Amino acid sequence: MANEQKDANSPKSEEVTNAPQPNIKQAQVEAVNKAVDRPLYASRKKIHPQRVKGKFRTIKWFMMAFTLGIYYIAPWLRWDRGEGIPDQAILIDIAGRRFYFFVIEIWPQEVYYVTGLMIMGGIALFLVTSTAGRMWCGYSCPQTIWTDLFMVVERFFEGERNARIRLDKAPWSLIKLYKRIAKHLSWIIIALMTGGAWVFYFSDAPTLFNQLISNSASFDAYLWISLLASFTYVFGGIAREQVCTYMCPWPRIQAVMMDEETLAVMYRHDRGEPRGPHKKNDPWDGRGDCVSCRQCMVVCPAGIDIRDGLQLECIQCSLCIDACNSIMKKVGRPEGLIAYDSLKNFDRREIGEKNQFRIIRPRTIIYSFILFVVTLIMFFTLLNRSTIDVNILRDRNPLYVQLSSGDIRNGYTVKIMNKSAENQKYSIGIEGLNTFELRAEGITEYNDEGTPIISVTRDKLRSVKIYISIPRDELLSDSKDITFKIHQIGSDTNDIQSTSFKGPKL
Amino acid sequence: MSTENNDTKNNEPKNSEVDQYSGVETTGHEWDGIKELNNPMPRWWVYTLIVCCIWAFAYQIYYPSWPLINSYYEGMGGKTQREVVKAELEMIAEDRSVFADKIQTTDLATINSDPNLTEYALAGGKAAFGDNCAPCHGTGAAGFIGYPNLNDDVWIWGGSLDEIHYTINYGIRGVHEDTRINDMPAFLRDELLSRQEIDDLTTYVQSLSDSSIQSTPAVHEMFIDNCASCHGEDGKGLREFGSPDLTDAISLYVTDRDSIVDIISYSRGGVMPTWNGRLDEATIKSLAIYVHTLGGGE
Repeated sequence: MANEQKDANSPKSEEVTNAPQPNIKQAQVEAVNKAVDRPLYASRKKIHPQRVKGKFRTIKWFMMAFTLGIYYIAPWLRWDRGEGIPDQAILIDIAGRRFYFFVIEIWPQEVYYVTGLMIMGGIALFLVTSTAGRMWCGYSCPQTIWTDLFMVVERFFEGERNARIRLDKAPWSLIKLYKRIAKHLSWIIIALMTGGAWVFYFSDAPTLFNQLISNSASFDAYLWISLLASFTYVFGGIAREQVCTYMCPWPRIQAVMMDEETLAVMYRHDRGEPRGPHKKNDPWDGRGDCVSCRQCMVVCPAGIDIRDGLQLECIQCSLCIDACNSIMKKVGRPEGLIAYDSLKNFDRREIGEKNQFRIIRPRTIIYSFILFVVTLIMFFTLLNRSTIDVNILRDRNPLYVQLSSGDIRNGYTVKIMNKSAENQKYSIGIEGLNTFELRAEGITEYNDEGTPIISVTRDKLRSVKIYISIPRDELLSDSKDITFKIHQIGSDTNDIQSTSFKGPKL
Repeated sequence: MSTENNDTKNNEPKNSEVDQYSGVETTGHEWDGIKELNNPMPRWWVYTLIVCCIWAFAYQIYYPSWPLINSYYEGMGGKTQREVVKAELEMIAEDRSVFADKIQTTDLATINSDPNLTEYALAGGKAAFGDNCAPCHGTGAAGFIGYPNLNDDVWIWGGSLDEIHYTINYGIRGVHEDTRINDMPAFLRDELLSRQEIDDLTTYVQSLSDSSIQSTPAVHEMFIDNCASCHGEDGKGLREFGSPDLTDAISLYVTDRDSIVDIISYSRGGVMPTWNGRLDEATIKSLAIYVHTLGGGE
């Protein structure tokens, strides 16, 4: 217990007394990542968080079930899109170059929708962080969720905190071997299922599932499953809080979004200090509410002492709030010694004002405004999404061809993407030339005006070679600007593309 | 002596101490006050090294590794890169054969009406064109002086799929007995016409495609006598002889006066190789389809 003594260098010492409050034991614990005397480098010390019960833990259980549920179930949802198009509701079809999300279908050219979605996600994260701190880290980050899940497994096989510490110290025995193997094996199974669910987003889930069962899936599938399984196993089982502290940039970035009105899990030192063990029936006058039970440290998955103030390692999982509240209940003091609080409230209490939670601040207004604008733009562009996309490539080799009649001919490759749900026909019109002859290679259907009619299957791209010849005297210089007007027959959808017509130097 | 020295060195008291921050012993090495901690090698690192060593030994035994005097150690696995490449090439050929065999056995018109086969033939034809035809005809098939432009609508020997296929297959003035061949007389060298007559004929040929140049009926008679049997009475050429149209806006050679004089005097005759035997039938068919789509196909 030498470490325990060393901790006593803080002015508010927490000496172990033999007779604290009979029903509140002081835990023999020291914060692994304590804020004071932190070395520049230290090897990881294992953290053994204890299970806690309470309001926030319940919310976290719910969040875990909810997010894992989405993750595992989403790729199995079906969405009928008609013949020949995948019926998976959410599918990133890399081979077919499409992204399907329920009614939305995105082509590679429209990847800016994904960019917009990411901007929305980013700004929403900023907004939440400036309002209530690291909500993302504490409740919905996959690292937190999977670490929590892995801890459940760990607890199931190895027991509660004290049992785990004893097991760590115990020499190798059959029972220890069994517990360790069972734990790691379960972790690996969970990890494999995690990676397994991931690949379903990229391929038809039922088909791939059958392939995996019959061991006939593609190499890529196995590669990604094993990659993600290894990451899940290492991050959730072994690295845990190290990922948040050392690998993740978010703890560093989020500081700039927080201000003194931002909510964070905080120890109310103005109420808790001076801390110390409390015997039953002792008066509460002249001392703080913190009874130095250290339950906040016992349950902390990041291994910190929340009473040292805001810390980088703290993912604000709020489990210490639950732990502290249960103790406060036992000793008969009001809850909320550790609570979601803002720095400003410490100042307010000092001058006798009441706690406030100001959600409307310049920062939150700006973030909300940006979020609103981006969402609006996204909705607008998505609603006005064009069902046709045309690319025109002018031949460069040869730049032009002289014909036997003396006419000049240019070649164009016209790529028409039919993004609508029906097979369509398109007519090709040319503007900017007075007399010209137009021929489409491989097209037999022409309308009365001599324009080729090109039919494109739904959800497909068709590339057509177009030759335009004009009399020599039509060209006044070596280049002339022309426009292609691609018209979707039976609709008012047009796509106008500018290009040029080249000829010999005069 | 050296042993003695070493001994005394070893007996020297080391400057090692226990570092007060980390509790680790130092090695005694010190640079400007910076001391080296005597931390052991990380265990994962050592294990990795050991695994790599074992791997290296196993690798040497399994794969070809050691050079011998006249040969090399072939390894227990019997693997060679040549075999791998050979197998890969066979696999590619097998993948391609699905289409290549079809193209080989299908006639050109049928291939041209099947979108899948056409797509394959065009891709293959483009690659084969770059490898075999581009040196003379150019990568864009626009040709050079003496090498025809394959994009335009002028075909000396015919521009239908079958005619193009025939030309590629047997060549022009090539080595095959069925090759396309013609021979324009060298009117001056063979003393068929005098210099003055050739000069007049040149004016006549120029007048065929340029209305600003006037010729005389006498020269027209001379053209009928000497040239019309191949180029036709109107000078529009005859495909069966491979004689070019002299009236259109396109010429295989330079068309200034001196050049035309030179052509009539000494003749011209380009050569296209016979590709039959050098390329397989599927490739030649693909080439024909590719050239046909360049814009001038008939």
